Amino acid sequence: MKRIDCLKAIYPELKDCAVVTIMGAVAAELYSLGHRANFFYLEHAMGLASSVGLGIALTQPDRKVVVIDGDGSVLMNLGGLTTMARSRPKNLVHLIFDNETLLSVGGGAPGGYKWFTTATATGSDLAGIAKAAGYPRSQLVRELEDFEEATLDAIKGDELSCIVAKVEAEMPKSFLMDIHMLENRFEFPRWLQAKGGVN
Amino acid sequence: MPVSVANSQVVYDAMKGVGVRLVSALPETWLVHLIRIADDDPEMTLVRLAKEEEGVGISAGAHFAGVKSAMLMQNHGFLQAINGIVGVSLLYKIPLLMLITDRGSFGEKDPWQTEGGKYTRPVLDALHIAHDDLTAPDDVEPKLAKAMTLAQSSLSPVALLLNRDLMWEEPK
Repeated sequence: MKRIDCLKAIYPELKDCAVVTIMGAVAAELYSLGHRANFFYLEHAMGLASSVGLGIALTQPDRKVVVIDGDGSVLMNLGGLTTMARSRPKNLVHLIFDNETLLSVGGGAPGGYKWFTTATATGSDLAGIAKAAGYPRSQLVRELEDFEEATLDAIKGDELSCIVAKVEAEMPKSFLMDIHMLENRFEFPRWLQAKGGVN
Repeated sequence: MPVSVANSQVVYDAMKGVGVRLVSALPETWLVHLIRIADDDPEMTLVRLAKEEEGVGISAGAHFAGVKSAMLMQNHGFLQAINGIVGVSLLYKIPLLMLITDRGSFGEKDPWQTEGGKYTRPVLDALHIAHDDLTAPDDVEPKLAKAMTLAQSSLSPVALLLNRDLMWEEPK
């Protein structure tokens, strides 16, 4: 399963959600599908995308928040899963692309070769960890249609959900993003705070 | 426990007075009343953190949503949060009000608190984070209001150090 195919599958459903992504491949690939004002790409501070999402979810409880995370980032803030679980925002969907490598910080290579793996490569189970942390719903998916179904279900649903998607350690076609971080930083809250919060 | 209930309330009221509606925290002795007051206030969202750095992300999210927030932590919590402060607040120009209990200064009896306090101000200075001390209850409200004003206008983190003279009442 490829990350880009997963993103394509759910892209239309992200239209009215506040979307917070991690840096690197996830940000570049979501951007490549077409930037929207409701996408915020956290280009640093690995591990904190879910915390940013939590801050939004708690202060705008009527808004659906989708965090698009990665295994390397989640492993840098495992405690954050427990904070998320105990805060239990009903309006947050936590997607984790697990390519078992620190791809975007240099751990990946063309052709999907993994020279710096994360612990998920040796069996650490992020969906199990999220479940054990207290997420009311957490599942692991390996097939595109399962990912799509689970994610759309979670976005329509009314409880904190975690979906861990096992994906190939494939580089994005390009890491180029033609939007400055600060432009993104100011555009995103303007969308969030607009009346009705729609594009 | 000789932590000042009255002055904790003064700090809390000032925080609320400047519009703070979300507080993220980890406990430390001097913060017990502040956190309890926040927990008892239905108008305040209290987020109990596992590690302080998370609070920087949560505050950024709250800011994006248009809600003012604050972090309550100790010196070591601040030191723990540095990467988030640099990689979120400073990099993305996001206001952040940090209330840091200033352990390890004159009068500190706990040996384990004596190291972290030495580095708090130098690290704040190294990051060019504006900071001030809260020492007397009468200064709390105006200083906190000015700190929040600067955080919002400069889109930067600011820190207020909660001093022993404010937070601790030596048993008579």
